[in-house]
Amino acid sequence: MTAINRRLVLLLPLGIAGVAGVGLYSMLDRMRSGKFDPRGVPSALIGKPVPTFTLPGQGDSPGFSSADLKAQGRPVLLNFFASWCVPCIAEADVLLALKQSGQPVFGIAYKDKTEATDAFLRQHGNPYVQVGRDAAGSVAIDFGLYGVPESYLIDTTGTVRWRFAGGLTADVVRQELAPLLKTLT
Amino acid sequence: MIPELGHFALALAVAFAAAQFIIPLWGAQSRDVRLMAAAPALAYGQLIALMAAYGSLVWSSVIDDFSVLNVAENSHSLKPMIYKISGTWGNHEGSILLWCLILAICGGAVGLFGRNLPSSLRARVIGVLGGTSVGFELFALLTSNPFLRLWPVPLDGRDMNPLLQDPGLAIHPPILYAGYVGFAIPFAFAVAALLEGRIDASWGRWVRPWTLASWSLLTTGIMLGSFWSYYILGWGGYWFWDPVENASLLPWLTGTALLHSAIVVEKREALKTWTVLLAIGTFSLSLSGTFLVRSGILNSVHSFANDPTRGIFILGLLALVIGGSLLLFAIRAPVLSASGLFSPVSREGALVLNNILLCSIAAVVLTGTVYPLFADLLFSAKISVGPPYFNATVLPLTVPLFLAMAVGPVLSWKRAALGPALMRLWWAALGAAAVGIVAELGYRAGSAALAFAAAAWLILGSFAEIIQRIRLFQVPLTNSLSRLAGQPLSVWGGAIAHAGMGMTIAGIAGMSLAQTTIVAVRPGQTIALAGYEWTLLGLHDEKGPNFNARVADIRVTRDGQEIGLFHPSRNAFTTQTMTVTNTAIQSSQIADLYAVLGEEHDGTAVLRLHYNFLAPWIWLGALVMAFGGFLSLIDRRLRIGAPARRTMAVPAE
Amino acid sequence: MILRLAFLLLILAGPALAVSNPAEMLSDPAGEARAEHIGRQLRCMVCQNESVEESEADLARDFRHIIRERVKAGESDQQIMDWMVARYGDFIRLRPPFSALTLLLWAAPMLAVGIGAGAVLLGRRRRPEPPAPLSEAERQRVGKLSGS
Repeated sequence: MTAINRRLVLLLPLGIAGVAGVGLYSMLDRMRSGKFDPRGVPSALIGKPVPTFTLPGQGDSPGFSSADLKAQGRPVLLNFFASWCVPCIAEADVLLALKQSGQPVFGIAYKDKTEATDAFLRQHGNPYVQVGRDAAGSVAIDFGLYGVPESYLIDTTGTVRWRFAGGLTADVVRQELAPLLKTLT
Repeated sequence: MIPELGHFALALAVAFAAAQFIIPLWGAQSRDVRLMAAAPALAYGQLIALMAAYGSLVWSSVIDDFSVLNVAENSHSLKPMIYKISGTWGNHEGSILLWCLILAICGGAVGLFGRNLPSSLRARVIGVLGGTSVGFELFALLTSNPFLRLWPVPLDGRDMNPLLQDPGLAIHPPILYAGYVGFAIPFAFAVAALLEGRIDASWGRWVRPWTLASWSLLTTGIMLGSFWSYYILGWGGYWFWDPVENASLLPWLTGTALLHSAIVVEKREALKTWTVLLAIGTFSLSLSGTFLVRSGILNSVHSFANDPTRGIFILGLLALVIGGSLLLFAIRAPVLSASGLFSPVSREGALVLNNILLCSIAAVVLTGTVYPLFADLLFSAKISVGPPYFNATVLPLTVPLFLAMAVGPVLSWKRAALGPALMRLWWAALGAAAVGIVAELGYRAGSAALAFAAAAWLILGSFAEIIQRIRLFQVPLTNSLSRLAGQPLSVWGGAIAHAGMGMTIAGIAGMSLAQTTIVAVRPGQTIALAGYEWTLLGLHDEKGPNFNARVADIRVTRDGQEIGLFHPSRNAFTTQTMTVTNTAIQSSQIADLYAVLGEEHDGTAVLRLHYNFLAPWIWLGALVMAFGGFLSLIDRRLRIGAPARRTMAVPAE
Repeated sequence: MILRLAFLLLILAGPALAVSNPAEMLSDPAGEARAEHIGRQLRCMVCQNESVEESEADLARDFRHIIRERVKAGESDQQIMDWMVARYGDFIRLRPPFSALTLLLWAAPMLAVGIGAGAVLLGRRRRPEPPAPLSEAERQRVGKLSGS
């Protein structure tokens, strides 16, 4: 080994540490701006057809099925919620605003009691075209749900286009949902 | 007032640390004896200031001063006193302060025990430690100040995470940190050696006790953490390949490699460049581990609350400490002349193999831990790397390691013959084979039988070196016994540490044969498991200081004879509204009986009962390893500061 | 971000109790063993670094139920795994699959040992072998010369 080669070998640890450092820096930097979230999990359903399901409704009102989501003539937002979920309360106003803007929102009550869901909708407003009851949580698993609330955007062909885990905020709607809706209509 | 004093003392410590960094290094560079001689005093000054700072934090916690934000967030007036004290390091800010305190203790220790180090080397070592201190104390002061006040003062605190309110976990962090931070001393020696431009046998002799001490503490710390998850998480697991666990395992692996390569430097003046790199690398991994966990990048059940801005500060610090030392390494390492030739089959050769394997395991663990992050960053791909990966990749690498662990110590230095060395181990091989066959035939242990064989090989083989040294059965027995008394403690230490590893492996293998059952029982019902009868006598409520407990009374008998009364409980903590399981464990020498109480449904209680075969050996083995390290440490020839500088130090062995 | 955190806390704050309900388990021990094996390969999505088999989160409980249903229905390990991956993506697999993306990950052990061995060989090439130990005749000669 020549002296220069030896130098290069000795520089190797510094190089490795440097690459790791740059990587970690860009992770932290993107975490600060919200572009990188090591805890976030992408949906496996993006670009896939919406799972087939038929759910019963609240009390006397009818439920809905996956076919109903495609039949609206425009993209639909599907929202999983529950009365016991705190972020769902914070999200309610955002969903109501969406409804007012003419965006159809379908709701799925995840592992919730009928009366509790009713009370929740009375207290915080009902933004949903229809509410389906997923008492066992099995439709949620077909969607790859890992917590409530979660929202899915389904286009007119029945393809899942977008998923958001956690409570929707006006910012998320403005920055992510609205631009996407514009491209879809 | 006291918190302000603490705040001031922390600022004072930064000033002392800065002086400790600049003055001795400047003195060593300019060969100014007076400046160099100031090093220990400055280190003591920093240590006293930090003790005052930490003392005021403990004081604030003990007297329930909820005007201090840190105390209000992590303590509660009803919390038992031991957790008021341990609570100071059970949160991010306090643990950073403890971290700094231990680093200052390291500087003070080098000042105190390093009297007979060459003055320039001592000044440089203390200076490097001072420089590291400056960085982390600034981090504490600027981003993680534990002395911030809170207004209005809350009536009571928010209490500590109940999972942390446990005696084992109270002492776990200080010991673990002492292990992590202790590697700062070998690191400082390595950087000092690069600055000095020379390393000889005496350098190895100085570095080794410090490495041994940190290694023993780290071993104990990891053991305590693992034991804690075994009995608090309550489903019989003890190691989850969680990023935080991996972060503690990495410096342990490279530290173990360092421990061994430093022997080669000491005895044979070989592997110098590599040993310096290992010393730098081990401390770098300690730093990265402790700090990246706090940046929010690594996902972990154990991590403190964290934020990316703090992470950027940490990363900058790491870049300075790690990048700076590696740059110095790249520039100055060629100065360290190599000597000490050896053949591949020799004690040195075996130690090199040990280093390759230990560092490979470390590399695999590191890769597995950070791979999901980089896959996400570079390719936006979310993948998980969990226990199945680590088990599949790490276990094969340990096989040659365990094989070599018994062979290495019986090889002679410089050049050895493998055949005769293996012949000396025939009885260990025989014992291992016997254990393996019995395990397979008797217990259908499968792959665990192999692990049992490896454990027997290690435990028996570790004493091969001593047997060889006392020439057992080659000379009269009395002669052998008198030789036995004359063996240096470091030889015993090495053998005992290796045997401890064997015990841990046996424990791990045994645990894979654990018998467990989950049952829903009514009071009065009896369940049979592993030859024991477990009877649920009843359930009752108890009140703890800051929790309400639901306790099960279980009587365990064997053939009608009472083995013990078990009281597993579920403790519902009032302030943090969280329920923690309190496992009941009774250890015998060869197994743990382990009972966990679950939920109750209409008159029945769910019980999880375990018979964990050899489980105590996992932690006992780790303690034995640490004890071996400690024995080596108190060896007269290795005692800190004791060695005189000998450049041609090759003891006749 | 704060809301997001609250959301995470909500799902993490489920009972930290790791005792399953015995009614969940399959009566057939071989099937139960298979189910546990599969469960250990799957990540509990809502907890950090816990497998489905170890977690007491509600969702993990559902997963355990589904796995056992499918084991009972006679599906193979692979089928059950694929079913999970179709819904939750590769992220749910604690043992990442071999692919171009994980090539380096799975090659890590070989690479590490290879680099280590290579470095040692390169290092040795630069240095001569140490001299062979003295033969008995030489030793005697040394003894004579040094007068002992």
